[in-house]
Amino acid sequence: MGQPVKQRGSALLLEVLRDPKVAVTLDDVQWNDLVRLGRVSDLLANLHSRLDQLGLLSSIPEKPLIHMESAVTMTTKHEHTIDWELVQISDALSQLDCQIIVLKGAAYQLQQLNASKGRVFHDVDIMVPKSAISDAEAALKDSGWISAKQDAYDQRYYRDWMHELPPMNHFARRVTIDVHHTIIPPTVALKPDAAKLFDSAVPVVGHPRLFTLSPVDMVLHSATHLFYDDEIGRGMRDLVDLHHLLTEFSAEPGFWVELLDRSTEMDLDYPLACALKYSRLLLETDIPDGVYSRAQKQLRFPSWMMDKLFIQGLMPEHELCDTWRSGIARFVLYVRSHYLRMPMYLLIPHLIRKAFREDAVVEVENPKPLG
Amino acid sequence: MKISAVTENQLLKRLSGPGLILQAGPFITRLYSSIPGLAAGIHGLYSNYPLIDESPFVDFHVRVNPPKGIRRWIRPQARFRFDNFKPFTPLPIDQAVPIFEWGLNWCIANYAHQYLIVHSAVVERNGVSIIFPAPPGSGKSTLCAGLVSKGWRLLSDEMALLDRKTLQLVPVPRPVSLKNRSIDVIREYAPDMYVGSSTEGTTKGTIAHMAVPESSIERQNEAVNPRLVVFPKYTMDAAPELTLMPKPLAGIRLIENCFNYHVLGEQGFNMVTDLVSTCDSYEFSYSQLDDALQIFNQLSEELSS
Repeated sequence: MGQPVKQRGSALLLEVLRDPKVAVTLDDVQWNDLVRLGRVSDLLANLHSRLDQLGLLSSIPEKPLIHMESAVTMTTKHEHTIDWELVQISDALSQLDCQIIVLKGAAYQLQQLNASKGRVFHDVDIMVPKSAISDAEAALKDSGWISAKQDAYDQRYYRDWMHELPPMNHFARRVTIDVHHTIIPPTVALKPDAAKLFDSAVPVVGHPRLFTLSPVDMVLHSATHLFYDDEIGRGMRDLVDLHHLLTEFSAEPGFWVELLDRSTEMDLDYPLACALKYSRLLLETDIPDGVYSRAQKQLRFPSWMMDKLFIQGLMPEHELCDTWRSGIARFVLYVRSHYLRMPMYLLIPHLIRKAFREDAVVEVENPKPLG
Repeated sequence: MKISAVTENQLLKRLSGPGLILQAGPFITRLYSSIPGLAAGIHGLYSNYPLIDESPFVDFHVRVNPPKGIRRWIRPQARFRFDNFKPFTPLPIDQAVPIFEWGLNWCIANYAHQYLIVHSAVVERNGVSIIFPAPPGSGKSTLCAGLVSKGWRLLSDEMALLDRKTLQLVPVPRPVSLKNRSIDVIREYAPDMYVGSSTEGTTKGTIAHMAVPESSIERQNEAVNPRLVVFPKYTMDAAPELTLMPKPLAGIRLIENCFNYHVLGEQGFNMVTDLVSTCDSYEFSYSQLDDALQIFNQLSEELSS
């Protein structure tokens, strides 16, 4: 397979993510680049855990190892925080007579998946049926979570057009929780049936009230989140999540067929096609050819155009990866994610409004870690 | 070769070109900046640091530059960047030196979890180290600058780095940040120490930095065992008073002053309890630097014998 990227940083990062064994051959300058890129893309601790699994930590030079261990200290702290938050959330919602599905990173952790190893958390995501969302919000408020977006416009944006409540922060522990009622904004043209997600949800050992999505739904959600959300700034981390999920779940016979059938059933063929495409292209995820080509039939736009955009947009925003096109690519993807999420008559006023606000951002500011 | 071997102009060329490599204790920083005022500040404050032409591995790649946009020309600003992280809002460009110092502190506090990091000044004499943990306004920097100007070794004015593996104090000597009235106090008390130009109107008031003595820089790779923990309190006109603290109380006050205690979890707790078990902890109120010097000199002599 040809090298999809030319920039020195992007090529190095992808090479190591595909095959962490490469790390033992790096010189000091490459290590320095890798530590910087791993840090900005939240992947340093994940890389450490993969090298640890391969028994290669003793071959890593001292300085990069110190930085990786420091990152692991932070993600270990995140793990403990998430464990504790899930107990708190479960308690806070104990009066709710419905399933509570934990999403994304916290779910990977609950099911002890490889994708959770050395993962940086920025918030906890849960999902409850739409009919229970007001009760969930009230119960969380009673337990100390406060809506982080006090602005009336933001409140309306989330409540009318999004698939989640405005983010809530705990007043004392400061951890953010996102409460969803489905996995994609209702304004999007794709219409997955949320009830089916609840029907197939998997219980969590040790947490009687908590569920996670089934493996195939987890992949579909991860794909939808990455290719329909505006958080492309953390794209590489999310793509690595997908890579880990696909690799781990595909050990189970029948997984691929189930995944393709489910994506059609849930109206999520398009995000799945994107996920398989870029996971294979950038991370060389092992996907059977038949599965891959069946999924790719869903892609509508000329592939060279989307490839250019996504490859640029998925790479970390960093001088070692940026080309003159990166900023444009990120902007186009930002507009695209909104275009996919909202019809034009909602989108244009929304973007104009965002552009003239104090906190108008396309660039990704420093994310505040948990804790 | 030291940084003093190059002129201010040559320094600015490095800063705006390949970057200036600075070593402070275990950390190597590569600083990029196009701001002449920062070059001047660094030239004065870091003149005794080694001049390093190239380093195969750099811990922190940082920039202090004007942000994009119109503010480049109108009331220009400067912003700290660590790779793509921008932890602070831009500030007026004449605050470039404090912006750099605060920024580097932020990098260490957030990314060097191989240490338990306590917000404190650390000094040493005769092998006897003192950690002065304290919130801003307690006079810790003034006390630290006073002792350092009279022969104590500076390990840090801002953070105690306790190595998680060896439990030793690792030096990270950087310029001592003096605020408001303490600037004149130190200029008067230690006229032979270099104090850089004052920056007015920062969020912490007027700031000036005192350069680190050459001998402390030469020993910046020499770790030391923790020996004393002293919580200072400047009290106007007070006679000096050193009061032994109960260990649990000292532990709790230490935790309150840690930057990353919560990140280290159980090991953080164990390190703090180890620290208060092996160290004597005191509260210290004072008003005169000479009194403090006399007391700590005496203490360091008693404990070293």
